[in-house]
Amino acid sequence: MAAEANTDTAGASAPLKTPLHARHVALGARMVPFAGYDMPVQYPAGILTEHNWTREKAGLFDVSHMGQCFLIGPDHETTAKALEALIPADIVNLAPGKQRYSQLLNEEGGILDDLMVTRSIDPDEDGALYLVVNAACKDADYAHIEARLPANVKLVKAEHRGLIALQGPGAEAALAKIAPEAAEMGFMSSRTMKVAGIKANISRSGYTGEDGYEISAAANKIGEIWDTLLLDGTVKPIGLGARDSLRLEAGLCLYGHDIDTTTSPIEAALNWSIQKRRREEGGFPGAARVQRELAEGVSRIRVGLKPEGRAPAREGTEIATPGGEVIGVVTSGGFGPTLNGPCAMGYVAKAHSAPGTQLNLIVRGKPLPAVVATMPFVPNGYKR
Amino acid sequence: MAETRYTKDHEYIRIEGDTGTVGISDYAQGQLGDVVFVELPTVGKALAKGGEAAVVESVKAASEVYAPVSGEVVEVNGELEAAPGTVNEDPAGKGWFLKIRIKDAAELDALMGEAEYQDYVKSL
Repeated sequence: MAAEANTDTAGASAPLKTPLHARHVALGARMVPFAGYDMPVQYPAGILTEHNWTREKAGLFDVSHMGQCFLIGPDHETTAKALEALIPADIVNLAPGKQRYSQLLNEEGGILDDLMVTRSIDPDEDGALYLVVNAACKDADYAHIEARLPANVKLVKAEHRGLIALQGPGAEAALAKIAPEAAEMGFMSSRTMKVAGIKANISRSGYTGEDGYEISAAANKIGEIWDTLLLDGTVKPIGLGARDSLRLEAGLCLYGHDIDTTTSPIEAALNWSIQKRRREEGGFPGAARVQRELAEGVSRIRVGLKPEGRAPAREGTEIATPGGEVIGVVTSGGFGPTLNGPCAMGYVAKAHSAPGTQLNLIVRGKPLPAVVATMPFVPNGYKR
Repeated sequence: MAETRYTKDHEYIRIEGDTGTVGISDYAQGQLGDVVFVELPTVGKALAKGGEAAVVESVKAASEVYAPVSGEVVEVNGELEAAPGTVNEDPAGKGWFLKIRIKDAAELDALMGEAEYQDYVKSL
């Protein structure tokens, strides 16, 4: 028996450890290299159990490997405009205490990384934006951003912070026991509050399709929050394996797989993340391509794919018409535990992208029937 | 009693006369994690020792299962289609993959016996 090569080359040197590393080892996690870090892919419960637990109760994830930083300028408009020069989202009109999903674009409109942008609710912090970027991209992102900021806006890395995510229908009840204000928050909002007595920045968002929170706190304190949450019988630790199956069912992109420098946000079907003002005004890298694709359409687009059988179609699987013409490729695919069947996403020629279109996925040389499906594959549980 | 022999790739073959039942070891299922799909060969297919016999997929990845010896597939475990998790629950029993008519019994000699395999797993 031999597993397919699934090597992570980002961590060629000794892997980094998050502030929670020793806790993962003590919990019996299987540790793997990921984006330069030694991370838990699963705990003894296993990926299926962890996935289902998150959908039914509350899963706790260590995402401290992700890049946290602040952009700090003299006032909101100045900082927002500096960031808007790099991303296509409307940040100037982002209300205090709100966050948005966006992408760092290159001059060709390709995606350098995707990120979350949060405006502090605290008037004393006006002019500060909090960014969370992907672990594998963070050094390149910081260099890219810093090189393009005006003199009066600074990037400050928050390397002294840890980040955990509490996700699932039980997340609100579990967090409210140690941070009552968290229950009042709406989806994609952010606040600063004490969690188990520790000062933390909380946002109501995540990467699973479920209701939930991301909690950022000092690296030397995040473990206390982690431990306190795990005392709750409804909360279990969840590894990167289930994080991937959860986000796939939720139809969420994984950078480096579903989006990269060759894909534009319009090809990636992320139009919703580009607000009207930015579409009209442009003024971000690659705006010409994005505006052209919005006006004229794209030649290929990211879609959901539901194989009709039981066999998963993995990343790299060719997508063909029933007649045998190859019209795309799978960028993420696997087994959806909540769906209880395989699901995938990938890019197909626009002419074959309508939901319900019959296609074949070429798995181990054999055409397996699949249908273009709307995403998410599993309805989301966001608290609107 | 039937003898079971193992490959370094963690397939087992339980020998019953001139046929052998092939599956993956308990160690292998533990390494794979939750099995969600098994692709089996067709009955009658000729397998070469070390050649691909089946595919087993966990949530994370697909893995090939190799034929421990050469021979013809005489039966496959159709139960795995509806219940692939049986590979995790009972790898040496109900989680078997296929039965093979052993072409050359001498090929079995190169495989590890139970004690040798357990030592091998401990060394990994």
